[in-house]
Amino acid sequence: MGKQYETVIGLEVHVELATKTKIFCGCPTAFGGAPNTHTCPVCTGMPGTLPVLNQKVLEYAVAVGLATNCEISRFCKFDRKNYFYPDNPQNYQISQLYLPICKNGSIEIETEEGKKKIGIHEIHMEEDAGKLIHDEWEDCSLVDYNRSGIPLIEIVSGPDMRSAAEVIAYLEKLRMLIQYLGASDCRLQEGSMRADVNLSVREAGTEALGTRTEMKNLNSFRAIERAIAGERERQIELLESGGKVVQETRRWDDCQGESYAMRSKEDARDYRYFPDPDLVPVMVGEEWLERIKAAQPEFREEKMERYKKEYDIPVYDIEIITASKRMADLFEETVGLCGQPKKVSNWLMVEALRLLKEMGMEPGDIRFSPENLAKLIQLADKKVINGPVAKKVFEVMFEQDIDPEKYVEEMGWETVDDEDALREVVEEVIASNAKSVEDYRNGKEKAIGFLIGQTMKRMKGKADPGKAGRMLKELL
Amino acid sequence: MKMDVLDLPAVELAEKIRAGEVTAMEALQAVLDSIDEKEEIYHCYITVDRDGAMRKAEAVQKKIESGQLCGRLAGVPAAVKDNICTRGILTTCASRMLGNFIPPYSAEAVLRMEKAGMVIIGKTNMDEFAMGSTTETSAYGETKNPWDIGRVPGGSSGGSAAAVAAKECFAALGSDTGGSIRQPAAFCGVVGIKPTYGTVSRHGLVAYGSSLDQIGPIGKDVTDCAALLEVIASYDKKDSTSIKRDDTDFMDALSEDVKGMKIGIPIDYFGDGLDDGVKDAVLKAAEALKEKGAIVEGFYLSLVEYAIPAYYTIASAEASSNLERFDGIKYGYRTPECGGLHDMYKKTRSEGFGPEVKRRIMLGSFVLSSGYYDAYYLKALKVKALIKKAFDDAFARYDVILGPTAPAAAPVLGASLSDPVRMYLGDIYTVAVNLAGLPAISLPCGRDVEGMPVGLQMIGDCFQEKKIIRAAYAYEKARGPFAAPGLLTSAADGKN
Repeated sequence: MGKQYETVIGLEVHVELATKTKIFCGCPTAFGGAPNTHTCPVCTGMPGTLPVLNQKVLEYAVAVGLATNCEISRFCKFDRKNYFYPDNPQNYQISQLYLPICKNGSIEIETEEGKKKIGIHEIHMEEDAGKLIHDEWEDCSLVDYNRSGIPLIEIVSGPDMRSAAEVIAYLEKLRMLIQYLGASDCRLQEGSMRADVNLSVREAGTEALGTRTEMKNLNSFRAIERAIAGERERQIELLESGGKVVQETRRWDDCQGESYAMRSKEDARDYRYFPDPDLVPVMVGEEWLERIKAAQPEFREEKMERYKKEYDIPVYDIEIITASKRMADLFEETVGLCGQPKKVSNWLMVEALRLLKEMGMEPGDIRFSPENLAKLIQLADKKVINGPVAKKVFEVMFEQDIDPEKYVEEMGWETVDDEDALREVVEEVIASNAKSVEDYRNGKEKAIGFLIGQTMKRMKGKADPGKAGRMLKELL
Repeated sequence: MKMDVLDLPAVELAEKIRAGEVTAMEALQAVLDSIDEKEEIYHCYITVDRDGAMRKAEAVQKKIESGQLCGRLAGVPAAVKDNICTRGILTTCASRMLGNFIPPYSAEAVLRMEKAGMVIIGKTNMDEFAMGSTTETSAYGETKNPWDIGRVPGGSSGGSAAAVAAKECFAALGSDTGGSIRQPAAFCGVVGIKPTYGTVSRHGLVAYGSSLDQIGPIGKDVTDCAALLEVIASYDKKDSTSIKRDDTDFMDALSEDVKGMKIGIPIDYFGDGLDDGVKDAVLKAAEALKEKGAIVEGFYLSLVEYAIPAYYTIASAEASSNLERFDGIKYGYRTPECGGLHDMYKKTRSEGFGPEVKRRIMLGSFVLSSGYYDAYYLKALKVKALIKKAFDDAFARYDVILGPTAPAAAPVLGASLSDPVRMYLGDIYTVAVNLAGLPAISLPCGRDVEGMPVGLQMIGDCFQEKKIIRAAYAYEKARGPFAAPGLLTSAADGKN
């Protein structure tokens, strides 16, 4: 007992690409739609139909490869992976085994011990399968081919991660790069990013890799963390009790917090991979590759450096804003319209992030335009509306992308800038709150807050609270 | 008058239609009558679309009269092999598996024919999924050779070749994966062209061996085949293996001038196993071309004996995967009773496919399985590359390679099924052409001792269809008209 174990983890990450049409036909990739409405003879495997590669898929795959420092194959092929299952209309999946599009890359992650390089073994293109719906009531199964032929890339890492934290850091880095490229929205819950965890343990200090298992069905970072902890523990217990880890595919059940074996290596299928004769080899030309390279966006690190130079905002703000390309774009565009980077950053970091969190949304879901945010900031600046009203307007804008100028006008929420009206109300408040007035005069500074509140209430929130405070002090 | 029409080659028929001497409807009616008289004997068709064809003939006739259609084959009734999809018309691949399959789309080649004003009569019989060399593996019964109903028409495009020979159509589409156009054309005394891979779109052709499959024309003479190939050749975005060509005006190659044309005869094609009658007829044809000014010489092509094993390995491997989609889930045959998914797959495929198809699926699955992939499939690909190289070397010296299409004339019915390996060996002269992606033509060059037609094959380098068409046309003119078979009709001699 008392042996120290090291966890060795490699990931296979499937990412659904954000193309408008499927990988080998012209059907839309749009989510939803009644079953089998986003289909055609090609993606339902009708006889005599042929696949034609969507060039955008190649473009995205290469862009991700470049962003992860991969070698881009100048010559690659598609292979058929043969297996019978009804979600797969041809009974073979078109994928890449022998000559994938990208190889030998790496990305850098931040760990507790500093920066660490995680190797990317390869990236290949493939098609997704349809969806089976088991109707237990009718005792039958139905199949929906809307997803059949949705383009995917599979990113296979090296066995380079040693903890759940490293895995999460790797996935977050990958997600950020791909989102910056616009190649996918990478949502784990919705399945546009899926990670299978290959995990083995070995005695600390040894070199040889232990027998690994592959864990599937991990739909959130939390599930991944729990599955890694659970599988590490399971394997160590097995070894400690004199058993052996069996190479197998396991399915994680996040509700139970356990995994169970799906199939072992012994009954692994023979996929009879061979080059798909219906697709010609993909030749990547230098000129085309240069164009893709030139079109690579500014990634987070470069963006952060630039922000530090261009905008007078704290590094903390920069880190949060650049964590999402959508957020960074909004920030830059809004600042371009109304200046005031710190104010823009505050709205995004405080209010926008709060609402996103409350609604369970991601920055990619933000609907309001930079134009409207800029207008809102200008309304507050010119004191057309006061702070609390601005927050209310922001909430409405967040949900419906309204034009703040028109909205404030319609609602009649402009700050009342009428000295006489304000003086009248302040006098009323002083007259009817003798207790607080007395407290204030006796040195209780806090009492002024209550009196401002009462004034705002009587002004229906449309007064400038600063001005009300000054007037109260003046009259007391 | 009616018999005159049926005797016409397609291009001449179209001329008469354009000239107003015959209408498209009359031509079609002649063919339908011919089918009525002879189908019971020859069984060339799986489906005849009488009403649809007549409607199309009427529409085409109007367009010809109004000058909207003036193509070289406008108004000509033609047949299509049953592995080529036709929208709204049953497309069975001669298999029980697709016994109820009506495609919602037409193959690109069919669309091109329709655009050219050709009238699709129906779908011709074939070996199941194009696997076979005799048309006997069809789930819908065998086709008889119009020259001798005791013999096979060849295969797999046996229905198309026999329909042309029996005057049940003016021209037809076939498909050729290892000789399936050329060999039945040879056995039935008609002409067939297997184009350069990529020349005719494979969209809508139910795949057998995808890297080898090509659709091509079968016709009464070289002119008709050149005309039909010109109609169906096209670059098609729907087929990634389709090739852009600007030299598909094949009728321009119809010239008798072969002076100085270099013709090579592979000496290794004339060894054991070649029937004497075939050998004599082919060498005589070479002599005729020499007399017209061609330079004819023998050479060693090499690797001839490796073509068949390489072909059956590659074609079966691709077929085993291509035919996986026939599982009873989406279309086609599904077993009526089963217990669960696995059982459904097993029974559907066991009941839906015939023995030759199963044999090739098993062979193909085996050569692709882990542990055997390198030894069989990869090795076959290497052989394929070497064969291509051997042809490249030959075409550095010759314009055309001339030889027999098949080692013997059509065998008697039933002789091949019991010995599939012997049947496979009959493909010795045709499969290498598919492995190398080359164009080749087969045309009749005489008859053997039993009076059966013998086929002459001429092979060209990639994209050199025009050379083989020119050589074939020149030979055809030198040869003179080829006798037609004495056809039977069910009314008179059906019981013969």
